[in-house]
Amino acid sequence: MSLNTEKTIKFSPMHRLQWEEAQQKDVILYPEGMVELNQSSAEILKLCDGTRNLDQLVADLEEKFATTGLKNDISGFLEVALGNGWIQQN
Amino acid sequence: MAGSNKTNITPPRWLLAELTYKCPLQCPYCSNPLDYAQHSDEISTDDWKRVLSEARKMGAVQLGFSGGEPLTRQDLPELVQHARELGYYSNLITSGYGLTEEKIIQLKEAGLDHIQISIQASTQDLNDHIAGTESFHSKQEVARLVKKHGYPMVLCVVIHRENIHQMADILAMAEELGADYVELANTQYYGWAHANRDLLMPTQEQYQEAEEIAQAFKEKVAGKMKIYYVIPDFHEDRPKACMNGWGTTFLTIAPDGVALPCHSARELPGLDCPNVNDASISEIWHESKAFNFFRGTEWMQEPCKSCDEKDKDFGGCRCQAYLLTGDMYKTDPVCSKSPDKHIITEAIESARLSALASNEKPLIFRNSKNSKAY
Ligand code: SF4
Ligand code: SF4
Repeated sequence: MSLNTEKTIKFSPMHRLQWEEAQQKDVILYPEGMVELNQSSAEILKLCDGTRNLDQLVADLEEKFATTGLKNDISGFLEVALGNGWIQQN
Repeated sequence: MAGSNKTNITPPRWLLAELTYKCPLQCPYCSNPLDYAQHSDEISTDDWKRVLSEARKMGAVQLGFSGGEPLTRQDLPELVQHARELGYYSNLITSGYGLTEEKIIQLKEAGLDHIQISIQASTQDLNDHIAGTESFHSKQEVARLVKKHGYPMVLCVVIHRENIHQMADILAMAEELGADYVELANTQYYGWAHANRDLLMPTQEQYQEAEEIAQAFKEKVAGKMKIYYVIPDFHEDRPKACMNGWGTTFLTIAPDGVALPCHSARELPGLDCPNVNDASISEIWHESKAFNFFRGTEWMQEPCKSCDEKDKDFGGCRCQAYLLTGDMYKTDPVCSKSPDKHIITEAIESARLSALASNEKPLIFRNSKNSKAY
């Protein structure tokens, strides 16, 4: 499975992304498990709402953090996220 | 008390709420205590809500509603809703027996995140025999309804000598039912399983064959279905890292409000496990004798004490050490460094001989009549 750059990306309805006050971290929750996220991974996943494809996601994040050259890091992380079932494409 | 070093106590992350010991099924490997019939008190809805709130405040986030059969508690939807409001990720651990579509919808609306259904075998005869109750078709129906209503579906199959030969069929059934996760739980020998060990434990060869099938299947369904494989520790060289370390991660509350560092801990002598009626979850977690008993490594004896693997497996399971050697401080006999390893070897051999014997004794089913004998 690899990321389709044309299609929009959506966080999996079979997982939950949430801020954990006690840990001061965003986490992904799923049956029998929990993954702690660093801030940049969490920011990427929060934009996976089914309205953006890879380029749009990169553009929005680069604008948000006033920087450029994020595409490789973002697509690398999204491949991992897809492999883990955290995100979906239709 | 053994380990009173209270520095670096991490907060609980997983809360197991054993709502009741009542269950319409009679699985002979049930992990509930043998004498569960003597602990028939159940704490109230308000008590449970307070427990959930206090543990959540400390950082617990994964929540399992279990039992017995948690569906027998009429206040389950109310507790699920409370858990959702607090931000738990909640799981209903059920036999599926008696779970109607109406209830599935009601629980979804209350905010339940996923449902774990146990199935005993891939055939009706064996399922109904092991469950002690006719339940195979209703479980399959429930599995389909759980999927239909958008829950991640976890199928749990406890593996033992009576069903291990069905491994391939069990996995095919899981695929056909559309399971998202399959938990293949090799029987852990506590509670009722300990009493039935000679009849339940497979041979090394059976394990190997089953594990190969499971492994091949896991690769085949990668990306579609996740397989959790609970290892048969009797056949390993090293014990499991029980509970991820005593009092570090897991908190179990029994139906009568007794707080346990692991779900078998009430069988250990002298722990004086605290009750949520007498103390807050924070006091229980930080201050109680039971939760500090095996924290850290100071309580250890040799060979664990000077072993360089002690931070990896914490000396194994305390309940297993106690059940098998009578001394809860000892190295888990599963470990090849344990002087008691022969107990494991003998148990495996005894089960093998029992399987060959023509007059094998019958399974002891988990029900209140049998429980009263303990
Ligand atoms: S293991 Fe079987 S008997 Fe025990 S609580 Fe679960 S369904 Fe009931
Ligand atoms: S001796 Fe104790 S600490 Fe060392 S590997 Fe065995 S169980 Fe683990």
